Amino acid sequence: MKVLVPIKRVIDYNVKVRVKPDNSNVDLANVKMAINPFCEIAVEEAVRLKEAGNATEVIAVSIGDKSCQEQLRTALALGADRAIQIEAEGELDSLNIAKLLQKVVEEEQPQLVILGKQSIDSDNNQTGQMLAALTGLAQGTFASEVKVDGDKVNVTREVDGGLQTVALNLPAIVTTDLRLNEPRYASLPNIMKAKRKPLDVKSAADFGIDLSLRTKVLKVTPPAEREAGIVVETVDELVEKLKNEAKVIS
Amino acid sequence: MSILVIAEHDNSTLKAETLKTVAAAQAMGGDITLLVAGSNCQAVADAASKVNGVSKVLLCDNAAYEHQLAENMSLLVTELAADYDHIVATALTTGKNFMPRVAALLDVAQVSDIIAVESADTFVRPIYAGNAIATVQSLDAKKVITVRATGFDAVATDGNASIETLDTVCDAGTSSHVSDELTESERPDLGAASTVISGGRGMQNGENFSLLEGIADKLGAAIGASRAAVDAGFVPNDMQVGQTGKIVAPDLYIAVGISGAIQHLAGMKDSKVIVAINKDPEAPIFQVADYGIVADLFDALPELESKL
Repeated sequence: MKVLVPIKRVIDYNVKVRVKPDNSNVDLANVKMAINPFCEIAVEEAVRLKEAGNATEVIAVSIGDKSCQEQLRTALALGADRAIQIEAEGELDSLNIAKLLQKVVEEEQPQLVILGKQSIDSDNNQTGQMLAALTGLAQGTFASEVKVDGDKVNVTREVDGGLQTVALNLPAIVTTDLRLNEPRYASLPNIMKAKRKPLDVKSAADFGIDLSLRTKVLKVTPPAEREAGIVVETVDELVEKLKNEAKVIS
Repeated sequence: MSILVIAEHDNSTLKAETLKTVAAAQAMGGDITLLVAGSNCQAVADAASKVNGVSKVLLCDNAAYEHQLAENMSLLVTELAADYDHIVATALTTGKNFMPRVAALLDVAQVSDIIAVESADTFVRPIYAGNAIATVQSLDAKKVITVRATGFDAVATDGNASIETLDTVCDAGTSSHVSDELTESERPDLGAASTVISGGRGMQNGENFSLLEGIADKLGAAIGASRAAVDAGFVPNDMQVGQTGKIVAPDLYIAVGISGAIQHLAGMKDSKVIVAINKDPEAPIFQVADYGIVADLFDALPELESKL
């Protein structure tokens, strides 16, 4: 069974985000970049499926300029077998990405596609579901457990009230939630080995898809700052303030 | 203009968040139809017909929609979408699951998790875990939108819309429901509670969360947790408040033993009044708290409970 893992290069989650003074976007100049944390969990899950004998090959794919090869090498160091970079300049939205991934799915015919549930930059939470719609496949989003069982996969999902388990016909699309697994650290020998693993480069333009944007970002601003309040000395004072000043308890 | 809003429900009750999503739809401007798709969900349709601002309720009652599987829901909504300019759902786990599928089937972009409506085609949404706020214009003729309910005030429920029954059955046949493991609680939903008290890593273990219960009982509050407390295994993930958990904006939020990581702040900083109890005076939570108390929570909590 082949597993395809689409990954995204994003700002490192430890970096404090700053908005550009002209409010056109956030400032990503000279900022540390990394593999999106949910995508890293997706890579780890695919590699574990291979280690458990459920998967035979793990393919990582990323869409972007040459710099995303860095994150593909990270995926290879974590245990992916080969990688595909789809060269694309400039902004793409989730639907464009899903359409390009649909072409990769048609070409590679994976039994399972595992993606992060959302990227920590745009916070859209769309690509996996859109890819599932375009390919006509079933989806198990926000997964906290993935169990392959014959021609089906059981996915336990993190939902508002607790957990929900669904059974999906394979091939299927899975998106990862935080508690699916804890990704390993790539060892130095594996980082070295990853440099020699195959990485194909394709051009997005060759897929013949209209990649125009359907949304326009008019401005990006910093969030309203919340002013720090006061420190009270005693619980009595706290209760008094909540009753008489904030009037949120009676 | 006409707007289709998809109701959030569990086949017996209409979720309060739907009232806020309808408020967002009103701000977009247009005639609002509320879709109730489920199984044995007449009671939800009755509740939906009372939601102000709704001119018609569509009831789709069939076993295929019992668990609102994304595959089936997206086919149904896409079929109905022809008659509407805006397709709107709440950004809870059900809406987040099927709406992008609807958008892709309609070949339009989706605008996720909006917190404000500027005009019929322009919306405001947080990005980078709420560290930046984007104003986004949709260029598609049909708009597919999910709404972060905490950004809007609920509409009233003294309306009287007509209920139209549809017998459209969409069953993709590619997925099935196996089981639910839902957390039973006497307390209000985290998303809907007017008071929330949350514990962090400072609680030290799961048993100590019982210290929050007495206070929650007195205040009618929901109990939440930080991601640190969830990751440490103190409490289940469905209690998590934060960017990767639930986004809440109650009238009163009490953060106990929570340092205030960005990820947690993103989930609660729109609360009206924030109280922080932490023994570390340098904890970042104090920078957003209206009232802070620097104290050992094991002293402060029992005292607070006794004085409420």
